[in-house]
Order: sequence, then structure tokens, then C-alpha cells
Amino acid sequence: MKKWDAIVIGAGHNGLVNACYLQRAGLDVLVLEKNDWIGGAATSRSLTPGFLYSNCSYVCSLFRPEIMRDLELPRFGLQVISYEGGAVFTQDGDYLANYRDHHAHRREFARFSPRDAEAYDRYARDVTRQCRFIQPLLMRTAADPTSFRPRDISELMYLGKKFAGLGATEMADTLRFWTMSISDFLDEYFETDVIKANFALSGIIGTALGPMSPGTAYVLLHHYMGEVDGSVGAWGYARGGMGAVTKALAASFAASGGTIRTGVEVDHVLVKNGSAKGVVLVDGEEIPGKMVISNADVKRTFLKLVEEKELPDIFLRRVRNFKMRGSSGKVNIALDSMPEFPALPKDSPVYRGDMHFTDSVERMERGYDDWKAGRWSADPFLDMVIPTTLDPTMAPPGKHFMSCFVQYCPPKVEGKEWTDADRDAFGETVISQIADYSPGFRDRIIHMEVRTPRELEAEVGLTEGNIFQGELTFDQLLFNRPVPGYAQYRSPVGGLYMCGSSTHPGGGVMGAPGRNAAAEILRDLSRGTKHMSPAHDVI
Amino acid sequence: MKHSDPKKLLMAKNASQDHFRTPRIASPFQPRIEALMRTEEWYDWAGYKAPLSLWDEELEYFAIRSQAALFDISPMVKYRIEGPDAEAFLNRVTLRDVRKLKPGRVHYTAWCNDEGHVLDDGTLFRLRSDRFRLCSQERHLPWLLDSGIGFDVSIIEETKSIAALALQGPASFAVLRDAGFKNVDALKVFDLAEFEHDGENVTISRTGFTGDLGYELFVDQELALGLWDRLWQAGEQRGLRAIGYAALNRARLEAGLIVANSDFITAEHAIRADRVRMPDEIGLGFMIDMEKPHFNGRRAIQQARVKGGLQHILVGLEVEGNIPAEHAIVYHQGKREVGLVSAAIWSPMAKRNIALASLERPYGDTITGDLWVEIYAMRELRYQKLMKRAKVVPRPFIKLDRRTANPPADF
Repeated sequence: MKKWDAIVIGAGHNGLVNACYLQRAGLDVLVLEKNDWIGGAATSRSLTPGFLYSNCSYVCSLFRPEIMRDLELPRFGLQVISYEGGAVFTQDGDYLANYRDHHAHRREFARFSPRDAEAYDRYARDVTRQCRFIQPLLMRTAADPTSFRPRDISELMYLGKKFAGLGATEMADTLRFWTMSISDFLDEYFETDVIKANFALSGIIGTALGPMSPGTAYVLLHHYMGEVDGSVGAWGYARGGMGAVTKALAASFAASGGTIRTGVEVDHVLVKNGSAKGVVLVDGEEIPGKMVISNADVKRTFLKLVEEKELPDIFLRRVRNFKMRGSSGKVNIALDSMPEFPALPKDSPVYRGDMHFTDSVERMERGYDDWKAGRWSADPFLDMVIPTTLDPTMAPPGKHFMSCFVQYCPPKVEGKEWTDADRDAFGETVISQIADYSPGFRDRIIHMEVRTPRELEAEVGLTEGNIFQGELTFDQLLFNRPVPGYAQYRSPVGGLYMCGSSTHPGGGVMGAPGRNAAAEILRDLSRGTKHMSPAHDVI
Repeated sequence: MKHSDPKKLLMAKNASQDHFRTPRIASPFQPRIEALMRTEEWYDWAGYKAPLSLWDEELEYFAIRSQAALFDISPMVKYRIEGPDAEAFLNRVTLRDVRKLKPGRVHYTAWCNDEGHVLDDGTLFRLRSDRFRLCSQERHLPWLLDSGIGFDVSIIEETKSIAALALQGPASFAVLRDAGFKNVDALKVFDLAEFEHDGENVTISRTGFTGDLGYELFVDQELALGLWDRLWQAGEQRGLRAIGYAALNRARLEAGLIVANSDFITAEHAIRADRVRMPDEIGLGFMIDMEKPHFNGRRAIQQARVKGGLQHILVGLEVEGNIPAEHAIVYHQGKREVGLVSAAIWSPMAKRNIALASLERPYGDTITGDLWVEIYAMRELRYQKLMKRAKVVPRPFIKLDRRTANPPADF
């Protein structure tokens, strides 16, 4: 029986990034995927003829350029079409738009508040300052502050030096930023509800916190990170949907000689004498490997794929207590024709960008109240895009694919499992919100895929449907992600590594966890990492 | 403090939604400028489509120095600040003593945040005892409004509604007189007065950004084209030319004047913590009036002066040779890096190679000898590297008696 150098569980973007780097380092790598398709949460599937959906993740903004370059993703077919603009529709029939052009943006904001329109500059400066501090940490293994290894100490010194490089005000701001609520943070800059709502959304996407919960300011940073390099077209649609990202990764992997098997579900990791020796599939097939890397989240990996007796009690307890907390759902819609929003001028670039209907922070917080009560938001927050305005490959001519990210949506409905009726009612809540702003919207719908945390967990494997494989709260970041002492992609089981978004630096289609894990694995194997570009400079 | 009328705000809100179609808006003078435009060289001035040059940058410069030049300054940010507390408010936020600024006078000033870092420099026009106009490079509405809390003052941005022209050059007085502005000869440098135009008022001040004889005219935007035509007609005999920013930039450098976010980074825009500057670090220390009541940044400025917290200095340099040293590194004794040139030209008036540079103290302050600049002159795809001696010299680089002569001369 063939013994693989490395077996990666899960063909999500991080699993594939990890596999690509290992394969390129000369290892013989096998990727196992339980679904008949690859991609994890970065996938494009056709569920109705002629249409392709970005079923889970839907925009490309955070994917690290260093990884795109190393793995030659443009060569393997990845095209990112950048979009400009976006808007929040207001209840009085108007809208607040975001434009890429600085002056157009300011004049648009000045319609609502000349003061806030200018305050944006100071806000953007402060967010940029914080991003500049954090961004270099994304592509580095988080230092363990309890360890006295020279490497950890030098990493901590790097961090300390960077921190010391901030001015006194920025230092105070950094600490505030990492602990504040996005609502409080925005209050320091803006006075207008809709303008605050416009920025607050980045603080809550994917997290089971309300805009008034402490810690949400950091979540906003996490979403802005992609913009730091000033790379042109930082926000965009992957042509062919988000599956195009993993498709390109798979092609890159195959070109370097890697193997992917789909439709094979791992039952458990084979552990002998405290070390991973391969995996056993659900059908009983045993696949030997010198090491196993899990792209699954930390709970799925250690509570389902590894026998409890192999794990130290404190580790097990911390994994159990790791906060997943699914908070979002997704509604994908095939449309017979382009929806109209009477508030918008017909040639507005907003149609090609992201659209929202929540025009106050208060409404977002009320939506969160529903989640806390175990219900989906009666007045949900939507992040809605129509990628087919720029990408003709996802729908037949004249027809459109619309993606709606929906928050909040609990992992269980008032403590009970989701039912199909619940799911349909949730979908209806979303449609009725859109229809309020777009007359005739319902008549355009050809097909709909409604995904609650139940579907996300069952299909993608995301525990509780949390899109980040665990909350991005400060207690679960850096050297505490996922668990103190195990933040460097290794686990208590020898030869068993983690490479998913449960690890530093967390979720979003970024690829950094997969890459950083590969760097650690190659270090353990005393192999070179010359094929891995260093993180971009931030000067 | 009075905020703007909410009803008006709502009207403005629903008015224009098409910013995405015209990211660069037109000045009230645009029809005249477009008609004269030959080079099609435009640039973005605070969101306006503004001419970099109209027909010949070099000749446009000489129009400033030898004839008369008309430059559209409408995009300059303008605030109307009025009310019983306007003087006290402006005295609180700006560096100079506003109590000493009499109605009908203008002064060049600057303002800082609480850390004493410069937010911007600009000109303050005292139109009446309780009415001012503040002109600046950057926008400051949130800061002005927040600073205005507790003062009985109203602050309104009037950039769009007020059209403005700079008429500069030796013949500028003659053009105004010939255009029929009576008693304009009575204006001394930094004076302003109201004059009649089309039955309305035009504010004319003897100010400018060129170091030459010159005036600035402010008028309601609806009267803009009439004013332009009036000047243009009178200027025909005097060689009046329309100019773009490139020509003006040469003149301002000869006059030794600095430009925010070009020669220094303003505190609200600096992303890197060490890029901010105190007034003493960019040659604006002369504005600071420690005797006047408390003003923004006073404590920090005083502390820096006493405790040696001033790390930089902005100086004028005369560089040997004739190759402009733009963005060159400044060295002491040819090896120790001590600063950077932010702007440099060969001065056609001074016939010297001049530059503005930011140096790290004590260089440029107590150590002014043995300074060098390293010029990388790209010539046909090869850098000609030159190490040239630089001498710290006082600004302005040129001093023209006609700028201040009373009455102004008839050229």
C-alpha cells in the first residue's frame, strides 16, 4: 500500500494552498474531499441549468498576493474582476453610495452630512494605521509568549518593536481598537446613522456579535486587511465564482504532481503511539501517510476525527470551549432578469457592487437581539451582490445570479434543530426585504438556494456554520488561535497538523493559514521554504 | 453653536446623485479656461478639474513675472466663519493673534492639533469684525465644527459658492485699474476691500502666492464669468495671460512659500507617526504668539521648544550648478543623510538653483555648513549622479520691491 508523505483532509482553499506548497517542496501529497466537488467554502456549483452560484464565499478581497504568485494562480486560470462602488439603501427611498474615487465618495457622503464626508479621511487614516500594524502578522506564525525558544522570543521582539514603532496615540488606539465595539469606534468619527451603518457592516460580517459588542472593531480590520498594499482592484469577483479560486489551486496542485480524491469522507485519523499514521475512510479504507493535515475546523478535527483518549484533557476542554457560533446564512438566487432598484440611477456602478438595506447601527443590533434569542433576524442585515453584472460566465445572457449573505442566523432555532420549514421561512424573510426596495423582484426568481448554518455544517463541514471556522474574537486570535500552546499549526498528536481558518490568522478566503502551516511543516521536516515568497513589505 | 439648517441639508441631499459620472467637477470659470486650453494638461485640485498648463508652462511663468497672469483659485477650500465669537474662536484654533487682524486685513496663518502638529496653513481674511474667510489647501470641516463647540459662531464651507481668481504680476494693478475698480491703488499688501461688480460686491485683496505684485478676487459664483471677462478685456493691452498650476508652482517656490502635503505632511493625513510636523519644524514658528490667550497645540509647542522636542527644520537651499535637485537626499559632509529636498527649480528670476528641504536638526539649525545634495538626473535612460554643495539661505529666494510698493506701479 502506498504511503503518502502527507494527507490533507479537506479540499478547501486552505487545504489546497497547504497541499500546493508541500507538493512543490517535493512531498507526495494526497488531498481527500468528502464532497464530490472541491472548494469547501470557496466553491461554485450549478444547481439549476445555465447558472453557477458562489455557494458560500462570494467576493475575493483578502487572498494573499504572495500565495497567488507562488502558486501561479493567474496562470492556472484565476481572474479577479474588481468592482467599484456599493450602497446602503435608506428607508426614505434614497441611498448612500460608496465610490472608489475619493472626491465622488466625499460628495456622495456630503449629501447626508458634509461633516461626516470629511471625517471619513481621518477614519480611513486610522484604520490604515491599524491595518499596517496587523497585516505583517498575517503571514507569520504567531509567537508563543510562554515559550523560551529563540524563535518565539525573536518573534515577540519583532512584535514589540513594531508596537514600539507606533506613536503614543496609536498605541492607545491599537489597544482600544482590539477591544472596542465597532459602534463605539464609529461614534468617534461620524454622526450620521446611515454612514455609521455603512461602515459597521464590516465589523459584524461572519461573527456572532452585534455592532455594539466589544471586539467588533477588530473584525472590521480583518475585512480591510486586503487593502493595505494598495493593490489595484482589491475587492472583486472571481470570474466563474469563488470556485474559480479553488479550481485554480487544484490545477496548480495537479500540475506539480499532487493527487486529489473527491467523494471520500475521512472517518478518523489513524494514531499510533501518539503519532498520526494516516487516515481511515468511512468505508473502512485505510490510507497510510507520514503526516496528516486537517483543513477542517478545530472542533471537527479533534472532536470527530481523533479519538479523545489521544488528546490531553486540557486541550480537549479548550477545543470543546472554542467558540464557533454560526451567525450567518446565505441565499443564492437565479434571476430571470436584472432587478431594478428605483432609488438608484440606472447607470449607477452600485449595481455592480455590494448592496445593503440596513441603514442604522440600531437596526443591526436589533437583528443581533433576535440571534441571541435563538431566532434568525426578522429584519436581517444583507450583503447582496450581483456578480453577473461583471461576470457573464455565471448565468445565461440577460439573466443574473444574485448572492445574499444574511446575518443573523443562529445554528439552532430556539435551541431546536433547523427544519426545512424554518429554512424556507428564513429564505422568505430575505426575499421580502429585497422586494421592499425592488418592485417585481419575486417575479424574477427562477431558482433559490437557501443555506442556514445547518446546510453549511452538513455540506461544507463548518461546525455551527461559522464561516471563519471560529469567532474572530480577541481571546481566539494570534497565539490563542485555536488553543493556547497549539497556535503554531501543530497539535498534541505527532504528525497531525491544522491548516484551516481555525488557526492564525483566521477566516476569509486569504490562504494565509494554509501557507503558514506549510512553512511550519517544512520546518519540522528540515526542508527549505525557498518556494514560499516572504510576506510583502509594509513600509 | 449653530449647525447648518437641516431643511437645506435635506434639499442638498436629494439634489445631486450623479457624483459617479463627474468625479472631477468644473470651476465657475471652466468655460473660459476650456476656451483657452491648448495643452489639455489637467490635474485634480481638491476634486476640481484644474489646468496644469494652458498653452506653455514656461511662458505662463513669464506672464507672472513680466506681464499679468490670471489663475483660477476657486477650488481652494474656503470657509465662512462668522458670529459674535468668531474672533475668539479663530484665536483659539490658529497660531497668530487674530485680535491684531483688523477688519479689511488678511494674514497668513496655520493651525495645529493638540499635539502641536500642523493641520494646515492658509490665509485668514477679516471681512468684518465678526465675519472671516479662512482659505486652505485641505478640508477641515469636522475639526472646525468640533473646535467650535462652546463658541457662538457659525462655520460654513463656501468653496463651491464663491468663485475666486488670482491676478498676479507687475501689470496686475494696471489691469484692475483699467477694468474700472476705483481706488484699488489704496490697497496695501494684505489689505482687502469690497468693490462693485455687476451691481454686486467683489472682494479684492492684495495677496497672492507668487511673491509678486498681485491681487485675489472673490465673488459669488454666479458673477464669475462676468468678472473674468471684465479683467480679460482690460488685460488685453497689458499682456494678461491665463495660467496653470505648473507656472504658479515655480513662482511660489521663488517666493519661498510652502505647500501642505507637498513640503510637509499634514497631521490629519500622516499615516506614519513620525511624519507629522510642528510649526517650528516647517518654518512657521514666526506665527506662534505665546502672549495671546490659549490656542490649540500651545502646550505641546512650548514643551517642544523648552525640552528640545523639535526634530526637524525646513530650510531654503541654494544648490550649486543649474540642475534642479527635486526630491534629492541631503547629506552632511557628503555622507551622513540629514534630510530631503521637497521642491526645487532653477529660478529664472534669481538665476540660481533653489530648493526647499526638510532637515533633521541640528543640521540646518546650528550646523549649516558642509551640506550636499545628491541629484539623480535622468538623461536618456541614464542617471547622471551629481553631488552638489548646498547652502542654507533665507527665504524668499527673490524679493521684488513692486510687491509692496505704494502706490503700486503702473507697468
